[in-house]
Amino acid sequence: MATDFAFPDSAAKTAQARPDIASQPTTEFETEKMSLSMGPSHPSTHGVLRLQLELDGEIVTKCDPVVGYLHRGDEKIAENMTYNQFVPYTDRLDYIAPLANNMAYAIAVEKLAKLEVPARCQAIRVLTAEMARVSSHLLGLGAFGIDTGAWTVFMYTFTEREKLYKLFEELTGARFTTSYSRIGGLQRDVPEGWTGRVNEFCDQFLPILEKILAMLTRNKIFTDRTVGIGVISKEDAVAYGLTGPNLRGSGIGVDLRKDKPYSGYEQYEFDVPVGTKGDSYDRYLVRGEEMRQSVRIIKQVIAKFPGGPWYATDAKKIFAPPKDKILTSMEELIQNFMLVTEGPQMPAGEVYFEAENPKGILGFYVVSKGGGVPWRLKIRSPSFCNLSILPKLCAGCLVSDVVAILGSLDFVMGECDR
Amino acid sequence: MAIIPLERKPLTLAERTYIPQILGGLKTTLARLLKPTETLEYPEQRPAIPSGYRGVPTLVRDPNGREKCVSCQLCEFVCPPKAIRITPGSIPVDAPTAHVEKAPQAFDIDMLRCIYCGLCQEVCPEEAIFLQAQYSMSGYTREEMVNHKDRLYELGGTLPDQHHKWDKKLAAEKHGNAH
Repeated sequence: MATDFAFPDSAAKTAQARPDIASQPTTEFETEKMSLSMGPSHPSTHGVLRLQLELDGEIVTKCDPVVGYLHRGDEKIAENMTYNQFVPYTDRLDYIAPLANNMAYAIAVEKLAKLEVPARCQAIRVLTAEMARVSSHLLGLGAFGIDTGAWTVFMYTFTEREKLYKLFEELTGARFTTSYSRIGGLQRDVPEGWTGRVNEFCDQFLPILEKILAMLTRNKIFTDRTVGIGVISKEDAVAYGLTGPNLRGSGIGVDLRKDKPYSGYEQYEFDVPVGTKGDSYDRYLVRGEEMRQSVRIIKQVIAKFPGGPWYATDAKKIFAPPKDKILTSMEELIQNFMLVTEGPQMPAGEVYFEAENPKGILGFYVVSKGGGVPWRLKIRSPSFCNLSILPKLCAGCLVSDVVAILGSLDFVMGECDR
Repeated sequence: MAIIPLERKPLTLAERTYIPQILGGLKTTLARLLKPTETLEYPEQRPAIPSGYRGVPTLVRDPNGREKCVSCQLCEFVCPPKAIRITPGSIPVDAPTAHVEKAPQAFDIDMLRCIYCGLCQEVCPEEAIFLQAQYSMSGYTREEMVNHKDRLYELGGTLPDQHHKWDKKLAAEKHGNAH
């Protein structure tokens, strides 16, 4: 018996997602839906995301994201160690921008302790977070390019990213797993002449950025794959809790650096780019413009780089004393032992802090019963929330559109599964 | 200081033929041919390692050859992945450094667990453990990947000491005003 080819729901979805292909004539022969497992080791799922697709020919009728392949139980691990010991674990959330995670975590715990860090510490954190944003977007754009068939972009963005990683390596001692923040301060001060090298990087980076963007922005091959694909309406973007460039791509100018400034972001001038249509192309445009704005912020930070201490000198129960004091004075030696074994002393209470990370809003909810170990630490990860819209976005699309949509959402599974 | 909507201009007729992009791509490739490469031919060429790099953790000796670790086990405590195992030991009373009293009998770092975070170096009250410039390690067995005390000192070598804490203590003891 010949069944009706046009499934009522999928036809409507296709008409909505791909109006250009929806009007193609349907055939009369018998068809059957096919189930396709895309991932967890698929190059375009950027990590260990699995999409359980239901296909009608080449049209996706249903998309079920399966997450959790990279679950390590970070939130539980946090309950079993002191606040500073958890810093290396924050590197492994959004491992494309570890410095931004370090900063968000440190500010969350400092908010619990009602601790103000000095201006220099704040400036260094903003500087590193913006560099992390540039490096994250460079990878995001490069990978998006590969997903849509443009390999060259990736090569150029990776060359630039490598320069940033050299700077990170010099600052923190590691390229990737930076572990740079400490509660109440930083791991160490910036090295001599480092800010000058960051400035040099920015100067040579801007023309190259324009070159990279020129490869995609007016490229017909790229626009064919992205314009009008994966359109997220303003209402949907809000309803699904999207944040970051994915939300701004839909035309909503929410940026916590502007709306709820932290770590001294209010001193810097920058614009918040928003998209007009909410499609994959808009999300690409937003990331491109955000890199320009980040460079603007970096230059402003360096121009008025404050002096003074780089850690909270008055927080004796939170930040360790300087090393030469530990080696020579009994008082500081005991203080160091107490801090390491008992952890930075926090008051009882609970606090939620969210920061505008490259991927979106990263939130830490810390519940403390006093002492040096959190009682509960909840991580609100932007990638997880951003992926929640996939079932809605992918229904009615072609399989190749799914790849473009995934690339445009720019997620990281380390943070999604945490 | 504001929200800026990103405008998009429609592609021109020429751009819609794909031809400018193809020519542009060829131009990029040809221009690249003449430039030096950005890559490094590892392992023949090695990257420059900046000071303060967090490589393989090592134990160091002071300029007199004394092992600096006093086996306080603070690094063992702080290590997030629990990669360090220390068995404390005593220094024999007839040794020239007997006034230091303690030294590790065994000190093992499991490099399969180590995450190179540098917390051990940060908390060490004796400046005895350092993450130095070595970044590549390999072995055929799990046992091989555990660095024992001898190997750790071999990797660490001797670093300059600014404080000479224990020499000062010995001098004070001789003058009869030790704590």
